[in-house]
Amino acid sequence: MITLNHYLILSGCLFAIGMYGIITRRNALLMLLSVELLLNAANLSFVAYARYRGDLAGQAFVFFTMVVAACEVAIGLAVAILLYRTRETLNTDEINSLKW
Amino acid sequence: MNEAILFYLFSGLTVLAALYVVLTKNPTYAVLSLVAAMFCLALLFVLLRAYFIAAVHILVYAGAILVLFLFVVMLLGVGREENSNRRQMEYRVSGGLVIAGFLTGIGLMVKAVSGNREGAPVLTGTIEEVGKLLFNRYWLPFEITSILLLVGIIGAVVLSRKEQGQAGGQ
Repeated sequence: MITLNHYLILSGCLFAIGMYGIITRRNALLMLLSVELLLNAANLSFVAYARYRGDLAGQAFVFFTMVVAACEVAIGLAVAILLYRTRETLNTDEINSLKW
Repeated sequence: MNEAILFYLFSGLTVLAALYVVLTKNPTYAVLSLVAAMFCLALLFVLLRAYFIAAVHILVYAGAILVLFLFVVMLLGVGREENSNRRQMEYRVSGGLVIAGFLTGIGLMVKAVSGNREGAPVLTGTIEEVGKLLFNRYWLPFEITSILLLVGIIGAVVLSRKEQGQAGGQ
């Protein structure tokens, strides 16, 4: 019998894996990819709540979250392309001219 | 019983694909395994009776966003991640600590809040039902997201345009 807790734990695991990806990856594009994983973990938890509490508002919210994720990916990739154009590298260890 | 088997199978596949996304050194394989994770997540959405969301998930994420990622990865010629300096080991240790702390927190929270509301009706997330919500009660966020999409398009075009005098012609 699959309860809400199963889906919440799965969503938490995916979120943790996404966080590990953001901390560990040094390439800007792969960091953005891990952010997509975070967003999808949150989407899964929204849909799980929508099913187990009898309210479809969770699914409507997933719709809006997807739109926001699409915009963020478009602009994030444009910024990554600009970064590559000016710095010739995508390695975030080397992009530190704002550090003290 | 069938639902349990399907849930464990697809959730295991999703976690495996997500682990491959964050652990592999080849960026193309990372994007493709995220596509696989999106498909497995869409299957989990179908298990949760969210049919419209599952279809939109595949269309938008696997069909548009990750294709855009793949284009950028291929056009920028992103190479494999090189390996093992001391800082990378520090990143991995801190990442492991963050994961451990986060999973502990999630586990404790889920255990504390485990009172399932069994009397709630199980609604089916067809496109008609979700559409009724989107166009009646959540109409204003719907319109605002369309403006957000317009802003995103303009922003992406403006940001990735070459400066005047760098391009060839004119």
